[in-house]
Amino acid sequence: MLSVEKIHSYYGQAHILTDVSLALSTGEVVVLIGRNGAGKSTTIKSIMGMVKVTEGDISFDGEALRGEPTHRIARRGIGYVPEERRVFTRLTVQENLEAGQQPPREGAPRWRFDDLFDLFPNLAEARHRLAGTLSGGEQQMLTIARTLMGNPGCILLDEPSEGLAPVVVEQIIKVIQQIKAQGLPILLSEQNLYFASLVSDRAYVIETGRIRFSGTMHELEENAEIRQQYLAV
Amino acid sequence: MSVYLVQFLSGLASASALFLAASGLSIIFGVTRVVNFAHGSFYMLGAFFGYTFVREVGGGGIGFWFALLLAALAVGLVGLVVELVILRRLYKAPELFQLIATFGVILIVQDVALWAWGAEDLLGPRAPGLTGIVRIFGTPMPVYDLALIAAGPLVLAALWLLFNRTRWGILVRAATEDREMVAALGVNQSLLFTGVFVLGSMLAGLGGAIQLPKGGADLLMDFGILAEMFVVVVVGGMGSILGAFLAAVLISLLNTFGILVWPDGTLVLMFILMAVILVVRPTGLLGRPETAGHKAEAGFETALRPAGPHYKLFIAAVLALLLVLPVLVGEFYLILVIDILVLALFATSLHFLMSTGGLVSFGHAAFYGGGAYAAALLVTYAATPFELALLLAPLGAGLLALVIGWFCVRLSGVYFAMLTLAFAQVAWSIVFQWSDVTNGDDGLLGIWPSAWASGTLVFYFLALVIAVGGIFLIRRVIFAPFGYGLRATRDSTLRAAAIGIDIKRQQLVAFVFAGAMAGLAGALFVFSKGSVFPDEMSIPRSFDALLMVLLGGVESLSGPFVGAAAFTYLHDELITFEYWRLLLGLTIVALVLLFPQGLAGAAKHYLGRYLKLEAEPTGAAVTKREVREA
Repeated sequence: MLSVEKIHSYYGQAHILTDVSLALSTGEVVVLIGRNGAGKSTTIKSIMGMVKVTEGDISFDGEALRGEPTHRIARRGIGYVPEERRVFTRLTVQENLEAGQQPPREGAPRWRFDDLFDLFPNLAEARHRLAGTLSGGEQQMLTIARTLMGNPGCILLDEPSEGLAPVVVEQIIKVIQQIKAQGLPILLSEQNLYFASLVSDRAYVIETGRIRFSGTMHELEENAEIRQQYLAV
Repeated sequence: MSVYLVQFLSGLASASALFLAASGLSIIFGVTRVVNFAHGSFYMLGAFFGYTFVREVGGGGIGFWFALLLAALAVGLVGLVVELVILRRLYKAPELFQLIATFGVILIVQDVALWAWGAEDLLGPRAPGLTGIVRIFGTPMPVYDLALIAAGPLVLAALWLLFNRTRWGILVRAATEDREMVAALGVNQSLLFTGVFVLGSMLAGLGGAIQLPKGGADLLMDFGILAEMFVVVVVGGMGSILGAFLAAVLISLLNTFGILVWPDGTLVLMFILMAVILVVRPTGLLGRPETAGHKAEAGFETALRPAGPHYKLFIAAVLALLLVLPVLVGEFYLILVIDILVLALFATSLHFLMSTGGLVSFGHAAFYGGGAYAAALLVTYAATPFELALLLAPLGAGLLALVIGWFCVRLSGVYFAMLTLAFAQVAWSIVFQWSDVTNGDDGLLGIWPSAWASGTLVFYFLALVIAVGGIFLIRRVIFAPFGYGLRATRDSTLRAAAIGIDIKRQQLVAFVFAGAMAGLAGALFVFSKGSVFPDEMSIPRSFDALLMVLLGGVESLSGPFVGAAAFTYLHDELITFEYWRLLLGLTIVALVLLFPQGLAGAAKHYLGRYLKLEAEPTGAAVTKREVREA
């Protein structure tokens, strides 16, 4: 349903992505894996229209997205969970969720406040606290919940485990699995192969702005050469 | 005792209009990051519209208030047009373009108001039913003041509800923090920006309208309220509405009581208060530090490079032309070129501060005028010879810059800019109000050069040598290690500090140097005209300098020269028209929209491909061009 075909992206004059293609279908979790600076976030931002894409096509459910302004891309059903969380620190948890609210979408799961508070019990307790006072893990949960409030048709999850304690990462894995169980496809960007292997069905390996490998998670785990070349630190 | 109580209430009453206007400015800045200089003009328009509407529909108690609301709506409409036609195209441009564009709007509004309502001050209509006087322990006080006192908190409460109890308000607050993220959640930013701008404009309009019965309407209201609004917003804390309210009350009380204590010094008092508060709390009473976190992509800035061979040839040609100019043109044009040279030095000093130092000053005329006054005072009171005065003037201006800069470099970004404006206003009001020494508005006259330099031809060459010498000195500093350090400070204060640069000291030195160079230009100016008036220190003069820099283009080192020439030419051409401000304003807006890189910047952009305007890069620095070619 989400398809990225041969895109080239630029930051100002710097050519970041070359010929990047990927696809995401209903019900699957796909990981975009690579080292720091490989182009994971740029790929996701390209889909969201936050980075200049000069060539190639991006479409969702058959509708072209490339060149559309960010807010329209979001309204087409692409939910974006940014890296570094980016909660609105001076708004309460409840207000953060309200800011993410969009009308329900046909064919996509519908999320209400109560569904989200079931999924993230911590947030229910912190409902009236300022988001800036939450812990890093709670903020990450809040960004995911905020995006779900938009009733998206798919989710782009940018490095959700970054800088979080292992126990929090475990919670995030659970959340991803629960979202997946609702049939919502997820494109996950990640550096950590182990984390990725716990939730993903398929993988794309990215390095210096090019896709170097694509296959099932199992194939990637079997392929020592690719792992060594592009993922070993 | 009751006198003080009434004075206190009267202070609260004048706080209301100020709060309304300032809160609008604060809200607009918070979301769009545009410092709307035209906000004072919106306030003025509110008063004028209110005047007209009260006359047309204002019969009776309800009609009066209805007319004021109508005035606010009309100003909101003006804001809508300004946002849609001008600002919307400039959100991605550097902040300065928005400033200059809104400055253009000020000029346009001034002349439109002059055309529509005439030059006479208009006496405000009285509010039906509230025309009387109430006695508070025997001291009389207008009833309308009580209505004004109520208006401030009422609007504050309404704004609080709007921002905390509606989804629109929540989105606005979210956008204040992280605009891009709000867009990524599916919210149309443009719509949000337009809405916020209209709301802010309406508040300014309402502020101007409700003070009608007290202050009437006149053409000086725009700049009059502008400085006060800045002080309120900065003291209260950018983006904080409650802070704006507290600050408005504080400032108004200071004004009303200050008038009892020190009648001539109210302006100065206000700015001293601001300086003290900002030194103690750099983000204002209730402001929060600027989050540097997630700005929208600013794009790559072209690195400054020393002149390339073609460019050097070009400069040499211009210099040669300037040298032989007296043979080619008559005295009239020679004087015009002297003006250009003086302004070019002035603009270059500001450009240095802005582009190399990253310090945008709204009050650079303080040092230009400071230098001019230093020279004039030395000549008038100490019978200082011309040559010595010319030398001491930049020192005087540098000293002034040292004092002002000491406060200002503690702040950054828009706070820095506003504080420089505030200090420039203090400097102006001292010169304006201290008439025993400075002759006030009448200026200092008869400040001429020595006999040997008094001929136009000699003075032309003198001005040429000094202005060009000054510009080359500034250029030299830009490409000296000091300039590199300054640029590092501009690009990342944290990283610069980490490699051992004393940031505040670096910025202060740059500020003083720029001030001294502006002072040199000011001294040249005073000797070329023979007189100086407080206007040379005023806010509009500071804007002239900003305008010249922007006309020329911020990224181009020769920009200020081109800008000064274009400005002088434009000014000279337009001044003959009755509505020259309107024409100048329209020209500014058109230039900003058409040439976002400035004139010299645009020329460099289009010619740079064919000519070697910049020196080849040394070392392995990867810049725009290499990346493009790679």
